[in-house]
Amino acid sequence: MFRFVARRLLETIPVMFIIATATFFMMRLAPGGPFDSEKNIPPDIKARMAAHYGLDKPLFQQYLLQMKHLLQGNLGPSFKYPSRTVNEIIADAFPASLELGAEALLVALVLGLAAGLTASLKQNSALDHLPMSLAMIGICVPTFVMGPLLISAFALHLDWFNAAGWFLPRDRVLPALTLGAYYAAYVARLTRGGMLEILHQDYIRTARAKGAGGARVLFKHALRGGILPVVSFLGPAVAGLLTGSFVVETIFGVPGLGRFFVTSAFNRDYFMVMGSVLFYALFVIVLNLVVDVVMVWLDPKLRFE
Amino acid sequence: MYFFLTRPGHAALIALCLIALAAGCGRRETLVQAGDRAGMLRIGNGAEPAGLDPQVETGEPEHDIMITLFEGLVDPAPKDSSPVPGVAERWDISPDGKVYTFHLRKNARWSNGDPVTARDFLESYHRVLLPALGAQYAYMFYPVTNAQAFNEGKITNYDEVGFKARDAYTFEVTLSSPTPWLLAMMVHNTWYPVPIATILKYGALDDPTNPWTKPGRLVGNGPFLLKEWKINSHILVVRNPLYWGAKDVRLNSIYFDPEENYDTAERMFRSGQLHTDQQAPPSKVAFYRKFKPDLLNDYPLLSTYYYRFNVTKPPLNDKRVRQALAMSIDRRAICDMVARAGEQPIFCLTPPDTAGYTAKAQLKEDPAAARQLLAEAGYPDGKNFPTIEVLFNTGASHKPIAEALQQMWKKNLNINILLRNEEWKVYLDSTEHMDYYIARAGWGADYDDASSFLELSITGGGNNQTGWGNPEYDRLVEVVAHTQDQAARYDAYQKAEAILMDEMPIMPIYIYTRPRLIVPDVKNWAPNPLDIYDYKDVWLEPQK
Repeated sequence: MFRFVARRLLETIPVMFIIATATFFMMRLAPGGPFDSEKNIPPDIKARMAAHYGLDKPLFQQYLLQMKHLLQGNLGPSFKYPSRTVNEIIADAFPASLELGAEALLVALVLGLAAGLTASLKQNSALDHLPMSLAMIGICVPTFVMGPLLISAFALHLDWFNAAGWFLPRDRVLPALTLGAYYAAYVARLTRGGMLEILHQDYIRTARAKGAGGARVLFKHALRGGILPVVSFLGPAVAGLLTGSFVVETIFGVPGLGRFFVTSAFNRDYFMVMGSVLFYALFVIVLNLVVDVVMVWLDPKLRFE
Repeated sequence: MYFFLTRPGHAALIALCLIALAAGCGRRETLVQAGDRAGMLRIGNGAEPAGLDPQVETGEPEHDIMITLFEGLVDPAPKDSSPVPGVAERWDISPDGKVYTFHLRKNARWSNGDPVTARDFLESYHRVLLPALGAQYAYMFYPVTNAQAFNEGKITNYDEVGFKARDAYTFEVTLSSPTPWLLAMMVHNTWYPVPIATILKYGALDDPTNPWTKPGRLVGNGPFLLKEWKINSHILVVRNPLYWGAKDVRLNSIYFDPEENYDTAERMFRSGQLHTDQQAPPSKVAFYRKFKPDLLNDYPLLSTYYYRFNVTKPPLNDKRVRQALAMSIDRRAICDMVARAGEQPIFCLTPPDTAGYTAKAQLKEDPAAARQLLAEAGYPDGKNFPTIEVLFNTGASHKPIAEALQQMWKKNLNINILLRNEEWKVYLDSTEHMDYYIARAGWGADYDDASSFLELSITGGGNNQTGWGNPEYDRLVEVVAHTQDQAARYDAYQKAEAILMDEMPIMPIYIYTRPRLIVPDVKNWAPNPLDIYDYKDVWLEPQK
């Protein structure tokens, strides 16, 4: 196990290097630069601004310089927000994304597992069809429809919540539901599929024959194998949830990282793009590793591979 | 426990109860009502400010906050943004219009208690002109003797620049030629004084990334102080007790919400979280106008939406083709049916009544005459008209507007025009390198004077980007208009605008308006064409 984790961690280094390199050159290949604006900036002032950030140097030299800074953990200044560094922006914005993601994950797991388990236990009954239809709707309805609908009903008509903002505990409810609903739907369908497969296995019949009760069979014997598909789905899903969703953050005015991830590319904020891409990449890699470890723990078959 | 979880109906029921519990029951006091009680104005600011350094930042969302933290020599009058006394309580202008002497009020203070003196302005303006700072609006200082040379690094002795501190409270500005709109320009944040000692404490004077503007560090001289600034969340400013006019400031604090999405901001407005938003979503303006007119405050801005013609490319190198294109569209229909935020059609570049100037040269919409012009240019009934395209950037109503124009040109001139949509920075790159035939553009005045528009089309100007130039036009705008005599100056503007509307390197379409939602609790909020507010005159009064 230790060797497995160590090897995976070592593999991270070239992966991150390739991502950083690709990001650097793709960003520079995109037409337009960070200092282009509707009101044209005089060329000499533009040149001075570029020089200030080292953008006047030959491209390869800039690349080496940025790699050096990245190795030192210095993500550089933001062009768009000159009084802040990229490190500061990520540190300021990530907690909100992390919290929103954790709450959405909770919504996804609680709703998704409950619906999926019920459906698998009551296959082909109303308790199967209803949650699965809802899940299908959950997958199909995009967050930019779900969010405004929830706001319209619960904030504007019932007045239970604020329409947007991120201050009070109750401000978390609607964004977490909106973001979580989509994942809940997936979790429900994956849980149902996984559980149905397991519940028809011989060892479950054996457990039943030996007189184990319904709940014991479900939670002690079946669940562990049944949720394997959910766990493998959760790796990338959690990374997506925790690093922020541009759409949900925009609809609900959440001060998270997801918005910077998208707008920095529009702004050609090179250092911000690099910082958020690498941060996101690292997150995906680490979470995938965690998922693999959990999978091995859950599924004895994998331990031999 | 197991039993409970296998009954998801129960789980769902309990979850709903928890939500209801968390939310509390019944109608509660809205943030706007709480703000009314506490004297806190809550504003949707339209974007996260890029920064709060008045000499580096150029945008409107930044300006709207910086105006609370700093005060220049002159202030904008609430009604029309015209210059009124700020830190300077009065000023004299020499008979030749070249020397401005500002007399500073003696009770103006920085928020750290230091007096605001002529030396502060001298040193602040030195910073603007430091080449390495790269201040984008340094051009506003160019009428001042030697300011351009210093900013371009041609001279290095700041004493040669026309700024002088005659004594602690007398500041003198010497110009190389009369510039009657100097005071109007001085309303802009580039002219605010900055706390040099504080800036030096946190970094170099000419470093645009100097982090001196953070809460707890920023020292200002405006009616409010920076209390909190959380990125993409909010900015809170509170009343500055050391401000010279503090006793007349009626708000205790202002809360800026940087929400960028118009729809989200409008929902926040509806749920009582904002007193005013930056701009109602265009799709909802008609609704508010019809059903809730007391909440909608829409007014024209000094800002024009127009199309550029690339006059270096045939067939647009023929002015008859440009005229035909400009005369064969229905601007009223574009405003009412497509843009839909209350825009007003415009038939010249400068919006009417810009500092009292209204252009007499007005383009005529006349499809029959347009067809005639096109035929004279060699394309009778649109025959053999080459395929050209309209370039526009992603966002706002640019696409539907381009589609409507495409259809109008097809119908009235029988020509086919293609559309080319590009992402914002790609579009900027294309227009700057003149890689287009026709391109969408917009221009908002930096200050209230027609020169802010007419300088746009000067030969080779950075914002011209059409390839067009005319020596007589340049002479009128750059030389003749620099006179103290307002009648002569406006006459020069009239002649210049007439040339522009005849040669037609640009095709004006409409004037932007600002459809702002605002609750009636906000008193003395005066809409003005530059859309800048001096919040110190505003107060809140809960409705009965």
